[in-house]
Order: sequence, then structure tokens, then C-alpha cells
Amino acid sequence: MRYAMAMDTKKCVGCGDCVVACQTENNVPLGYARDWIVEKVEGTYPSLNLELRSERCNHCENTPCVRTCPTGASHVIEGGIVKVTHDECIGCGACIQACPYEARYFHPDGYVDKCTFCDHRTSKGQDTACVAVCPTHSLTFGDLDDENSPISKLLRNRKWKTLAPEAGTKPNVYFLI
Amino acid sequence: MKTRRDFIKISALAAGGLAVLKPALSFSSGFFPDEEVPLDESEAQRTPTICEVCFWNCAAFAYKDRKGKVQKIIGNDIDLHSKGRLCPRGTGGPGMLYDKDRLKKPLLRVGKPGNQKFKEVSWEEALDFVAKKTREVGEKYGYESIALLDHGTTAHHFEHLFKSFGSDNTAEPAIAQCLGAREAGFINTYGAGIGSPEPTDLRNAKCLVLIGSHIGENMHNGIVQDMSTGLDRGMTVITVDPRFSTAASKSKFWLPIKPSTDIALLLAWMHVLIYEDLYDKDYIEQYAYGFDELKAHVRPFTPEWAYTKTDIPPQDIRKTAYEMAKAAPSVVIHPGRHTAWYGDDTQRTRAIAILNALLGAWGKKGGYYFPEKIRIPRFPHPKYPEPEWTWKDITKDKYKGAFTGVTNILIDASLPDTKLKHKIKAWYVVATNLIQSIPDQEKTKKALQNMEFVVVVDTMPTEITGYADVVLPECTYLERYDYLRTTRHKIPQVALRMPAVEPMYDTKPGWWISREIGLRLGLDKYFPWKDIEEVLDWQLKQVGSSLEEMKKVGVKSFEREEPLYLEDGEDYFFNTNTGKIELYSTDLDAMGYDPMPVYREHPQPEDGFYRLIYGRVPMHTFGRTINNPLLNELRDENHLWVNPKIAKLLDLKTGQEVWLRNQDGVVSTFPVKVRITERIRFDSVYLPHGFGQKNKKMGRAYGRGAADSEMITRVEIDDVTGGTGMRGNFVEILVEKPQKEEAES
Amino acid sequence: MKEELIISGRNIPNIDPVLHIWHWQIPLYLFLGGLAAGLLFFASYFYIRGRGNELKTSVQIAPAFAPFFIIIGLLALLLDLKHQLYFWRLYTTFRIESPMSWGAWTLGVVLPLSFIWPLTYLKEMKKYFSKNFTFMYPIVSWVDTFIKSIKPLEKLIKWFTKHRYGLAWVVIVISVILGVYTGILLSAFNARPLWNTSILGPLFLTSGLSTGAALIMWSSKSVKERIIFSRIDILLVAVELFFIVHLFMGFLASGAVQIESAQLFLGGEFTAIFWIGVVGIGLVLPLILETMELFGFHVPISIPALLILIGGLIFRFVMVDAGQVTRYLY
Ligand SMILES: Nc1nc2c(c(=O)[nH]1)N[C@H]1C(S)=C(S)[C@@H](COP(=O)(O)OP(=O)(O)OC[C@H]3O[C@@H](n4cnc5c(=O)[nH]c(N)nc54)[C@H](O)[C@@H]3O)O[C@H]1N2
Ligand SMILES: Nc1nc2c(c(=O)[nH]1)N[C@H]1C(S)=C(S)[C@@H](COP(=O)(O)OP(=O)(O)OC[C@H]3O[C@@H](n4cnc5c(=O)[nH]c(N)nc54)[C@H](O)[C@@H]3O)O[C@H]1N2
Ligand code: SF4
Ligand code: SF4
Ligand code: SF4
Ligand code: SF4
Ligand code: SF4
Ligand SMILES: [Mo]
Repeated sequence: MRYAMAMDTKKCVGCGDCVVACQTENNVPLGYARDWIVEKVEGTYPSLNLELRSERCNHCENTPCVRTCPTGASHVIEGGIVKVTHDECIGCGACIQACPYEARYFHPDGYVDKCTFCDHRTSKGQDTACVAVCPTHSLTFGDLDDENSPISKLLRNRKWKTLAPEAGTKPNVYFLI
Repeated sequence: MKTRRDFIKISALAAGGLAVLKPALSFSSGFFPDEEVPLDESEAQRTPTICEVCFWNCAAFAYKDRKGKVQKIIGNDIDLHSKGRLCPRGTGGPGMLYDKDRLKKPLLRVGKPGNQKFKEVSWEEALDFVAKKTREVGEKYGYESIALLDHGTTAHHFEHLFKSFGSDNTAEPAIAQCLGAREAGFINTYGAGIGSPEPTDLRNAKCLVLIGSHIGENMHNGIVQDMSTGLDRGMTVITVDPRFSTAASKSKFWLPIKPSTDIALLLAWMHVLIYEDLYDKDYIEQYAYGFDELKAHVRPFTPEWAYTKTDIPPQDIRKTAYEMAKAAPSVVIHPGRHTAWYGDDTQRTRAIAILNALLGAWGKKGGYYFPEKIRIPRFPHPKYPEPEWTWKDITKDKYKGAFTGVTNILIDASLPDTKLKHKIKAWYVVATNLIQSIPDQEKTKKALQNMEFVVVVDTMPTEITGYADVVLPECTYLERYDYLRTTRHKIPQVALRMPAVEPMYDTKPGWWISREIGLRLGLDKYFPWKDIEEVLDWQLKQVGSSLEEMKKVGVKSFEREEPLYLEDGEDYFFNTNTGKIELYSTDLDAMGYDPMPVYREHPQPEDGFYRLIYGRVPMHTFGRTINNPLLNELRDENHLWVNPKIAKLLDLKTGQEVWLRNQDGVVSTFPVKVRITERIRFDSVYLPHGFGQKNKKMGRAYGRGAADSEMITRVEIDDVTGGTGMRGNFVEILVEKPQKEEAES
Repeated sequence: MKEELIISGRNIPNIDPVLHIWHWQIPLYLFLGGLAAGLLFFASYFYIRGRGNELKTSVQIAPAFAPFFIIIGLLALLLDLKHQLYFWRLYTTFRIESPMSWGAWTLGVVLPLSFIWPLTYLKEMKKYFSKNFTFMYPIVSWVDTFIKSIKPLEKLIKWFTKHRYGLAWVVIVISVILGVYTGILLSAFNARPLWNTSILGPLFLTSGLSTGAALIMWSSKSVKERIIFSRIDILLVAVELFFIVHLFMGFLASGAVQIESAQLFLGGEFTAIFWIGVVGIGLVLPLILETMELFGFHVPISIPALLILIGGLIFRFVMVDAGQVTRYLY
């Protein structure tokens, strides 16, 4: 099993629904966010290109955040999901420094928190909260090891990119372009 | 000088109020601090609701955590409005429920006139007061002189109350400031309005044309979803917008039109379709009236001509016309929704309606389908009294195409020096923030000063509440029942809103408030029921369901009675004078208006001024959600979009704070940050609507960004419906905080 | 024009708009760690070289500061933790890939050693402090009495005193690890282009040694010892300058993000503090002063020493701060 997410920058409208859904699903405290929206504009009026991305932890294959963690609080579970065990985390911030995507933050209670790929849902075969809410169906969650999964098909049929591949983390959130 | 009804900032009120109304800006670590682990949906208690964060009214389920708090709201899968997915505002609904800045207790303006204070009172006292004042004004000037300005679901309860005491002076900003012109444009073409949700068949369309309609920022759930599926299917999108909207970025063609010139483009498109023989001849022959007149009318309006008006190159006009013709009849020239733009709005939407007809899209798969709704009988009550005069008597002589009350005309009738033949003496303001939503704020305030009595029913201390004599705090949609939603859609549906939680604080549902006032006015016979559950259950039983069933399913679908589309060649009677689609409108002609759309020049900004255009941000509904903690997170202020060329000229930096001054010298109260972006033309600036709120009690929203509403003082009235065109305002950008004197000029 | 912005209003404390997870605690911790490593290194090194009686300050006296620096450093680290009650989790596992874990364990080993080494020199210290820094005397003699009152402890110290040579080897190895670790802690972060260079380890080690040498030089009363450490300092500072030049050459020859990070110091917001504070005050000026001293111009020894210490401290602050500004995205 290799969980991944595809994010269609061509359909996303940058509404932030995925952000709010994550907030209410996972009790993300106000002022913090496990996912967020980036808007990129290129070109000169009137020939412009707009890219909208919903970003979150990339659940990298090569996980600097897990490697730098001194306690093992950051770890990888089934399907390659990167998680943090709250009461093993000492709040040293090493993993935050280690993540090139600024996907982690200190929860006000002290431990480090981040996107979990909603493993409490996905382990039951449900979509993640952000995927399930997206009104434009821009988000697809699934198993890359399954050739017939919608996400595998999408990645076969569409052009995609990952963020900052030069950071060497082998991200598993794919941006369809 | 203190006037009788100065704006009161509720935060600085009578001592009693302070404790409860303390700003809730304080940082809370968790929005739901009690719950650490995500909810287990299969075990959580859920109740059906209908979202009221905007008027799309998506059906959903509210899920509660173990402590009984609403944790999240998820769309109802079978609901056609939401298709199981709410928009960000709907998902953020719990933020409205748990916003600590909510109105919490009835408030009464106290002391002598000029005494600017509210005190908290009991519902008894507040309702007695409202009833007393209503009776006083009613007996002195006639109940007709009481106006209801309203919006949203709660409006129905008060409309019933008003009809019961004999006033039909009801109006919504959601018509005159919104879709009034569009409805008139389509009624005068097809004999039928568009209605809501718009019956555009985007799921099957091959081409979608958006004229200013900024779907994606305009987050009306159903259309956003439909447009996205369309994109998946390879639907061509053509967007006409002076701004590179989100929709424009998804479009094959973006036509960055010079604002206010849309009719020229629409006429040129008609010209191409007709003179290049691209229109649907059979359809026009069978269903349309006035084709020859139209043909003659659009003869001069070549793409070359339109180029000089719109800045859109002729070849682009042609190419896009071909694109539409290729897709016809599976093409939607979207009617738009907020169409109160330049004063010739009915004519512009009529041009859109005509274009759809030329393409044969009305009644066709991939074009416009015929929506159907389920008719549910009203709970029986005696006939309403006949008012002596209604909104029509002060409107229809001038704006003959108006089909409902017009807010701004009721406001005119409320002014001390009104020339209208009937006068308004008191207002009920229900779920509408007139200060932000009606242009020319000074006029609205003047009218407010002149009222014998103003009651505001709202959930939040928005600006309008500061002008009330009584503020009645309604509970939010998550805490109440309302009338059933009977959807007009592809399939008729009925949907239920029931309380997910008991009302918090001392708030009450709208149905209860209106009934209590009714009873106090002796209108018992119009409220022959104990509570709304009795009404709902009775109504549901008339259509073979019950309250009990609906509490479980939330939404129930019914069979259609008529086909969804026109058969090829099928006989069809349109509800117009000619029984046909009127390319040439006999009604408009009879009323003395242009029977076919005419292009008129609109004023353009002078040197140093830029046209102020406005629109939506996807995560907010006007100003009503800016204070919602969950949504405020996403966007807590607006930005002024400025083209880099202008920025260079004025030496502006992104993030810099500026003030705006409009053509009439009105200066924005608050500064707004500049966003330098290529996404806008250089003759306009863009300011998302709803920000720059002035009530300090809205802790998160107060003073964040600038209000477009404040800058809109020049109003171009739509000559057909009386609606207020709001895009004819020009602003200069001030880099230094203007002097106070100026600000008040 | 290119525009890229976060539109969901994400504004997480200490992360947006720029990362600022590590404040004063970590640079202070790195500085003190480096300083302690320097002190312990020179003590054990010269002991092994058999010069323990000749270079008294460095071998016998100065290492007494090390445990205090380490404790203060550890306290700083603890203060930096956001989930402090769980800090013991550091010692329930050893993560071979985590520099933080290495650091925790290294410090765990260094701390007792840093106590033991000076304790084997209590007698010498008492003598020394009876003449210099006399305010220390009561403390040292209290410790002496204390140890004598606990027999097993006294025995243990005696044992170590006897096996000082072996102890010295352990200390020298561990002090090098500590010194390198202070640099590796940063350079292990791939995500922060400024830190992600292999020169950082040796650079921090050298800097740590030079601050250690400066402190020894400062507290030594022996002219000969001062001259030796002054020369050592000159050498170390020269090596540091060499590393710094290499650091920048490395960055400028790399990818865009690395060039961008180097630019923080080449015209960017850290230019003044780095070139004036770290290079000017912390390296070049002491280098000049000490060279002058060698040629016979008299400069009070405390001045270059202090400058080196200040420079070293600023260096850590600058590196930690600037590193957090550098990133791959946006
Ligand atoms: N300048 C400018 N003016 C505009 C527009 C614009 O874009 N720019 N847009 C126009 C358009 S399209 C429209 S439709 C109108 C809309 O204008 P309004 O009808 O004024 O709509 P809202 O701004 O949503 O105001 C709704 C009010 O209802 C309150 N409210 C929310 N939920 C409830 C509830 O459940 N019960 C009660 N009692 N109150 C509730 C809110 O707190 C708020 O005060 O504005 C128009 N005016
Ligand atoms: N998120 C969110 N969604 C909403 C609402 C909300 O408050 N928030 N409100 C809902 C309501 S009530 C309504 S009525 C709709 C309104 O939604 P729409 O009907 O889509 O709104 P408009 O105000 O007509 O369109 C705004 C767009 O018109 C462009 N524009 C400005 N001037 C011109 C012009 O002269 N010509 C052309 N062609 N374009 C121009 C602007 O750049 C902007 O992109 O949105 C609905 N959806
Ligand atoms: S919910 Fe979907 S459309 Fe909205 S911002 Fe997220 S990914 Fe984009
Ligand atoms: S995105 Fe960051 S936090 Fe997530 S796995 Fe990759 S490095 Fe770790
Ligand atoms: S902050 Fe917590 S999760 Fe991150 S590295 Fe430190 S201990 Fe591990
Ligand atoms: S997968 Fe779950 S945790 Fe991650 S961003 Fe989406 S909703 Fe949040
Ligand atoms: S469109 Fe959004 S805000 Fe409007 S009713 Fe639906 S979910 Fe609620
Ligand atoms: Mo509207």
C-alpha cells in the first residue's frame, strides 16, 4: 500500500473548503492549519496563467522529518502515512526545521501536529475529510500500488509535478497540471 | 449633534451589556477545545439541516460530538444543491453557531430620544414593545406604512406576519441589488424567470459563457460543482470579465472587457450568429417572435464596431461566437446572478436571454432545463386582509418592469422629504444588513432616522443592528426549525431543517418571534398552530411523508411531472404575450422601454480615477461570515487589486495601506492593503465585498479592509425594474491617511 | 510579473511568513556546547601530550567551566522544548539518524565527564584559586569537603585521577563529537539550504575550539600559556576564515536556493551583522590584535579573547536565524 494524493490545479478554485473541513474534522486549533491554499500567477496582462494549489504534508517517501526526530514521535505507518505520536513528542522543533514544505507546526499544547492523511478515516476506506468535501473534486486520495485506483489512473493520464523535488524528499502529493 | 437614531456601537453600551457582549477576540487554542480525537461518524448523532450561510440552501447533516457540540456539517448525498459536499462557508457553519460575538439577548434602545444606549431586556419586554409600536404606527398611518426589508429563510415567517396585519411592503436587497434585472430580462423574453438555483444544465453543456459571473469565487455550490464536472468533460468556457477571475483562469477564452460595455459585445455576438447563419433556424422559426426585427436591429453591430467599445479584438468576438455555435444547443450563456451593474441591466440580461434563444439552448439538454418543484400546501389559515396600497403603488408608475418590492424605493418612501404618494413610517429589518447591501449609505441612514420605529432581527451585531430601536436575536439555523425547502431542480425535492442543538444564549427562532408578535397583535387566527413542528408534520403528510421520516433522511425526492427538456419540434407555449420567445419584447415595448437591447455609453473614469468593481471571495458570504472564526481564518481582510502599471504610476507596493476617495469625495473609513496583480485591467480596481465593517462588536471583522458599499454613492437605476446599478463609481487611491474633514465631506 | 501567495490566510505562529522555530535557546546551546567542547578538548589534548603541568590553566583549571556551560546549555535546550514534560522521551530511545538524539546522548555522556575531569584536579584548583579569582575559592573548597564526606565518591575520583590518561582519551573523542555535533545539528537539515552543507560541522568545531582557546587564554596567568593559545587561536581563526570562504564558494556554485541563501550575507538582511559582527569583530580584529601581540605590541589579552567569544556567539545566532529564513519553496 502506498497512499498518495493527487491535487488538480486546473479545477481547484482556491475556496479553502479543504482547509475548513480539515479544521472541523481534526479539531485543528484556530490560527493553525494542516492544509492551505497557494495561488500562483504568471504572465503579463492579458496572457496569464493561474495555478491554485491545496497543499499539505506530502507524506514523503524519504522523510527528513522522521529521521531528525530524536524520540521516534514522528514515524511512518501503514501506507507510508507520516504521523506524530503526541505524547512521545518533546517539541524540539527538529522535524519542523527538517520539512521543506512547512507542513508541520507546534500545536498550542506543545507537540508537533500535521496532516495525518486522515488515517482515522482512510483506514476505514473513507476519503480524507478534505477530499470528501472538495466541491470541485480537485482532490483524489488513493493507493499508488493499486494500478486501477483512480489516483493511479490520474497520474498515468495527466501531467503532474511535485513540489520542490530538489529537496529530495520524494513527495507523495502530486499536483496535476 | 445627536440625532434620534445614531449608530450605536453595541460594544460600548450600558454596563449590563458589557459582561455578556465582551469581544470574543480572545485566542482559544482549539475551536472545540474539549475534543481531541476526531469524531467517529458512525456513532455520532446527526441531525438534518439546511445551510443558511448563503441562499443556495444546501441540505446537510450536522454531526455532534460526545459533549453534544456541533462538530462538523457534511452535505446530504442525495441533495441536489450540495450533492454531499458543502462549500467552505457551509463547512464553516459551526463557526457561526459558536461565534462568541453573537447577539445574545434582546436589546432595547433606552431613555429619551437622543439617548444612545441599549439595554438588555427580556423577550416579553422586547416583544411587547414591538407589538405596541407596530400597533401605534399601524393605527396612526395604516399597517401599509410598515415595511419589511428581509432576506433568507427567516423572511418567510415575517412575510406571513406582515400579510396577516395587512402590509405587502416587502423588499429584499437580494432582488433590487441582486438578481431583479436578470429575472426581468428573462421574464420579458421567455415568460419565465431564472429562479434559484439557476436551471443551467452545466453537467451536459459543451460550452459555458460567463459574463461577469465569477463562478468559483461566487461559491454557489451547485454551479461550482457543475462547472467542474464540465471541465472534466472538456466543456469550453468563455469568460467575459475585466478581471482575470478564477473562472477566467479555467477558460479557453478570457475576454478582458472594458467594464460597462457588455451589451456591445452581446450585440456583436448576435450579429455574427445571425449574419453568418450560425443560429438555430428551426428553433427560432418554431419558438421565437421578432427575429426579423432583431436581425435588422443588430445589423450595424459588427465585431469591428464592438471592438471600439469593448477593447475585445474582432477576431476574438468571432472565434468565441463560432465556439458557441459549434456547441449549440448544448451551450449556456450564463444569466449571471448579481446583475445590478450599470442601470441598463434588464436590457443586458435580455441580450443574454436572446443569445441563448439564438443558440436554441432554452429547454435543451446541455442548455437550460425545465426545473420542477413539489407544491406543498400551506397550513390552512383565513384569507389575509387586503392592504389599501402596496409597493406597486409607489413603484410601478416609474419602474414598470418591477415584479416585487424594491428596497431602494421603500427607502425613498421612508425619507422625510419623499415625493412618493405613500409614506413608510416603520421598518422591520430581518436578516439583511442594509448598510452594507444598499448603495448610498447616507440615504439609508437618513431614512432610518426618520422612522417611528425600527426592529432588527439578526444573529450578529452587524452594522444595521446599531440603528435599531429593538434588536431581536434570532438563533442560528443550526438551532431552529424553518419552513420546508421545496426545491426547484431537476428532480423535485423537499428538505428539512431541524435544530441540531438547543438555542444558545437567550435567542429564539424566527417562526417563534413572528408568531409571538402576531399573537400580541391579536392575529391569533393566522397562527392556528402550537409550534412549527405541527405545521411541518401536517405539510409533509400532505405529500406522503412525515416529520418523523424527514428527521431521518433530511431530503426526499419526488417524481417529475413534466419532461426535463423540450423534445425536438415539440409544441411549447411560452408565458409571453405572443406565446413565443420574444426576441422583440412586446411587453417592454408596451411599457415604453426598448423592445430590443440597445447599447448606451456609460461614463468612464477621469484621469487619476479607476472604476471600482467588486465581487465575492469564495470563503465569505458578503459581510455576514467575516466574523465567523473558521472563515475569518481563511480571509480576514480584503485587498485592493491594482494593475502593476497603475502601481508603478502611483508608486504603490503590495501590502501597502491606502485609502479610497470616490468621485463624490467620499473617503473610505478604513485603509485597505494593495495587491498588485496582473489579474486586472488598468482602468479598474477590484475590491471584494463584505469587508471594512464598522461595528466594533464584530471583533474579528471590525475595521478589516475597506467597504465597497461605502464608495458606492452614484447609483444608476435600472429603468425597467428600479434596481440599483452599482458599478458606475470611480475611486482615486490615496497613499496618506486623509484628513477627517475630507472624510466627512 | 510573477505572483505567488498563500491565499487561505495561513498564518501559523513561528512558521509564517518565515520560520522562526528556534529562538535564542538553540544558538546559545550551540555556543556553550562548542565552548565546552573546546575547553575539554584542549585539556585532554595537552594532557595526553604530557603538558599537563606546564599548561596548567588549560588542563587543570579552565575545564571546570565546562560543566556549567553544559548545564546552562542543557537548560536552554530544555527551555526551547515546547512539550517539556515529555523531555525524558529523549532518553528512552536512541535514533541513529537524528542529530538531536546524538546530541542528547553525547551531552548525557559529556556532562558526567565534564564534572569528573575537573574533580580530579581539585587540589590544584584550590591552590590556583587561593591566588586568582579568589571568589571561587570557597566554592572549590566546599566541593572538596563535600566529596571527602562521601567515601565512595572520593574513591571514584581517586580512581579517575589514577587513570587520567585513559580518561583523557575518552574526553578528547567525546569533545570532538560534541564540537562537530553543534555544527551537524544544523547541517543535517536538508530543508534549510543555508545549513545544508558539510562544511558546517568542521566550521562549528573550529569555532568552538577557538572560543575555548580564547577563554583559556583569557583566564591564564602564564605568559607562555597565553602565547601558545594565542597562536592556536590565530591558526583556528585562519582556518575558520578559510572555511567561511569555502562555504560561500560552495553556495554560489550550487542551485538557486543555495545562491539565495548566500545572498542573505552578500547584500541581504544578514550582511552587516555577519561581516561586521562575525567576521570583523569575531575573527579579523582578534586576528590582527593577536598578531600584533606576537610582534610585541602590547594589547590586553582580554580584548581579543572577548571579541572571539562574542563573535562566536553572534555567529551561532546569525546562522540559526538566517538558516530559518532559507527555504526551497515560494
Ligand atoms: N456594495 C455591494 N452591495 C451589494 C452587493 C455587492 O456585491 N456589493 N451584493 C448585493 C447582493 S447580490 C445581495 S444578494 C445583497 C445581499 O444583502 P443582504 O440581504 O443584506 O445579505 P447579507 O449581507 O448576507 O446580510 C444578511 C444579514 O443577515 C444576518 N443573518 C445571517 N443569518 C441569519 C439568520 O439565520 N437569521 C437572521 N435573522 N439573520 C441572519 C447576517 O448577520 C446579516 O446581518 O447585497 C447586495 N448589495
Ligand atoms: N462565496 C460567495 N459566493 C456567493 C456569494 C457570496 O457572498 N459569497 N453571494 C451569492 C450571491 S447573492 C450572488 S448574487 C452571486 C453573485 O455572483 P455573480 O453573479 O458571479 O457576481 P457579479 O457581481 O455579477 O460578478 C462579479 C464579477 O464581475 C466582474 N465585473 C465587474 N464589472 C464588470 C463588467 O462591466 N462586465 C463584466 N463582464 N464583468 C464585470 C468582476 O470582475 C467580478 O469577477 O454570488 C453568490 N455566491
Ligand atoms: S476544496 Fe477543492 S477547490 Fe476548494 S481550495 Fe480545496 S482543493 Fe481547491
Ligand atoms: S512534507 Fe514535510 S512533514 Fe510531510 S513527510 Fe515530507 S518532510 Fe515530512
Ligand atoms: S518536535 Fe516532536 S516530532 Fe518533531 S522532531 Fe521533535 S520530538 Fe520529534
Ligand atoms: S488529509 Fe485529513 S489531515 Fe490531511 S489535510 Fe486533508 S483533512 Fe487535513
Ligand atoms: S452554497 Fe455554501 S453557504 Fe450556500 S447554502 Fe450551500 S453550503 Fe451553505
Ligand atoms: Mo445576490
